[in-house]
Amino acid sequence: MSGRDRVLGRVRRALADVPADDLAYETAVDRGYAREHGGRTVEETVDLLAENLADYRAIVHRCTEDEVSDLLMRLYAERGSETVLVPPELPPHWLAAADPVRIHDRAVSTPHQLDRVDSVITGCALAIAETGTIVLDGSPDQGRRRITLVPDHHVCVVRVPGQVVASVPQALERLAPLRPLTWISGPSATSDIELDRVEGVHGPRTLEVVLMSGA
Amino acid sequence: MSGGTFVGMPAFPAAAREAVGDTTLRANLRHATHTIRNKRARAVAELSDWDLLREAGKQIKDHTLRHLDRYLVQLEESVERAGGTVHWACDAEEANRIVADLVRATGETEVVKVKSMATQEIGLNEALEAEGIRAYETDLAELIVQLGRDRPSHILVPAIHRNRGEIRDIFRKEMADWGRPAPDGLTDTPTELAEAARLHLREKFLRAKVGISGANFMVAETGTLVVVESEGNGRMCLTLPETLISVVGIEKVVPGWRDLEVFLQTLPRSSTAERMNPYTSMWTGTTDQDGPNAFHLVLLDNGRTDTLADEVGRQALRCIRCSACLNVCPVYERAGGHAYGSVYPGPIGAILSPQLRGTGSDIDASLPYASSLCGACYEVCPVAIDIPEVLVHLRERVVQGGEATRGGNRVMLKPAKGHAAERAAMRAAGLAFARPGALRAGQRLASRTRRLHPRTLPGPGRAWSASRDLPEVPVEPFRDWWQRTRGDGSGGTTEGNAQ
Ligand code: SF4
Repeated sequence: MSGRDRVLGRVRRALADVPADDLAYETAVDRGYAREHGGRTVEETVDLLAENLADYRAIVHRCTEDEVSDLLMRLYAERGSETVLVPPELPPHWLAAADPVRIHDRAVSTPHQLDRVDSVITGCALAIAETGTIVLDGSPDQGRRRITLVPDHHVCVVRVPGQVVASVPQALERLAPLRPLTWISGPSATSDIELDRVEGVHGPRTLEVVLMSGA
Repeated sequence: MSGGTFVGMPAFPAAAREAVGDTTLRANLRHATHTIRNKRARAVAELSDWDLLREAGKQIKDHTLRHLDRYLVQLEESVERAGGTVHWACDAEEANRIVADLVRATGETEVVKVKSMATQEIGLNEALEAEGIRAYETDLAELIVQLGRDRPSHILVPAIHRNRGEIRDIFRKEMADWGRPAPDGLTDTPTELAEAARLHLREKFLRAKVGISGANFMVAETGTLVVVESEGNGRMCLTLPETLISVVGIEKVVPGWRDLEVFLQTLPRSSTAERMNPYTSMWTGTTDQDGPNAFHLVLLDNGRTDTLADEVGRQALRCIRCSACLNVCPVYERAGGHAYGSVYPGPIGAILSPQLRGTGSDIDASLPYASSLCGACYEVCPVAIDIPEVLVHLRERVVQGGEATRGGNRVMLKPAKGHAAERAAMRAAGLAFARPGALRAGQRLASRTRRLHPRTLPGPGRAWSASRDLPEVPVEPFRDWWQRTRGDGSGGTTEGNAQ
């Protein structure tokens, strides 16, 4: 007998006591929990996002769409980044003023090559205010999962308020399960050494989030 | 260590007594558990609907378990539709064999691993080593444990028993043997230690061709797997290698995508006391040119269906491994994780391990006694597992024997031999009773006992009560009740009095 048949057979025998008229999935779970916590205006939701991102040690900037290219230029200059990874369909005007050499996200690049890049810039799928989380879904303005993982410096642009949701339930409603999803709340961190929080073990040690409003 | 019993482990009372005498361990544990515990209370308080989320989590898991066959088959279809391959393993040996064969088929002799309780449970690293395959643990704490040739002692912070000086010494001494040596002049500041780990492991991530993981959740409807972590080592293992193998217990399935909205709120707040952990990865099969091009899911039974067969004990399968119950447990705080002789320590370990492995060994027979029944674990559990109820149930079975399922077959268990179980009970109790504060939550047990209204005491007390009538148990502080029912006034409050 295959492992599959044996495991499923055991499951079925173990459940012999379950009554046949058990509740269906739709009715088995009481979904009375909140879709979001606390009533907030759109502006307050964006403020909460900024606050929670900062609380988890992301560096938060705000700008209008007109100012984004100057802001990014300044961020790369301050950090001394010479190279920046760019996803295939990043809006070109974001980097119009930036100096670093653009490295394109290509399937043939090896992890070692990515490791030599200073920074990465992406958009996002959405951001969650209550938890201070940005979510990437591999869309063309975000690129492959690994490009936001290997370089030590990640700048992520969130369009506010359009891409901001209040809560985790609202986020899941808007995300496509079949895409690879990466939820990021602050930079990589560990508390494994006497519970002291240390930023960055493996992921980017610096996360900068730009909250960009329409011009 | 097939089956997950740590070889040569003494039963809980002996191991616990030794641990209690270790002052470094106790200081580390106390600091750690209290820190997490207090932070957790604040994180939970932010959500006004916590009780509803907890109830929904319980209902989702119960519903899934009651139709587990259906959801596993659905999961299999979804994963395969998305380009993955599903394997089924009845026990540790089968799972290890499947993984070893898959690794060997890639021609690789090294794998990178993201921390996974399931692979620890089956002793995968050791099994791979026997096949000439080296498995590198990449979670910082697991790295500390692996380099120190040690065992993890906490679900979430496996190296909780090590302080920074010890960690520096382990890195200096051992790193060179496993790859890039520790930097010269490494000090014991957490930043430097983390940097040393980053450099040491990065080398391995960048060249790895095979990654091995567990998963926190699997969604039947979509075939999506979810891994929740902090450091990014999970993302490294899940996206850089060409082949990804995930070994996941069958109880980790949830029916639908929306169910994640419950657990992604309760898990991070219960475990690390964060609003959200730094990284959560979700993947469904394989994606063109983004991440591994081969994905294998190994569905693991290894005692889970035996646990499922027990009407009282099956609720242990709701566990989402948040470790909140460890941090509030007065027995765990004093004894540490190693005393449980199992990859699942603390209150959840005390009910899960004996069910997964049977109560045949001394360690497993003594685990249901590794608790004061104060109920704190139930209060914090985000899926409302009534750990005290299961403990009492298992104690009864250790002492009285009874029907159970083992390896898929119904068997009659014999009562534990002699008074070993009773001695175990008394000593485990002694640990908690030596510290009065631990018992403040005792009312819960008093009322629970009233509900059970035993004519005979459950557990080892049965032999004692067999020849006496038990008085009606009033609601009163547990300690008073304990002392009164123990009868001789000594109350079994110190180890020396334990019978
Ligand atoms: S039993 Fe409950 S509290 Fe303990 S680890 Fe599992 S889910 Fe968390």
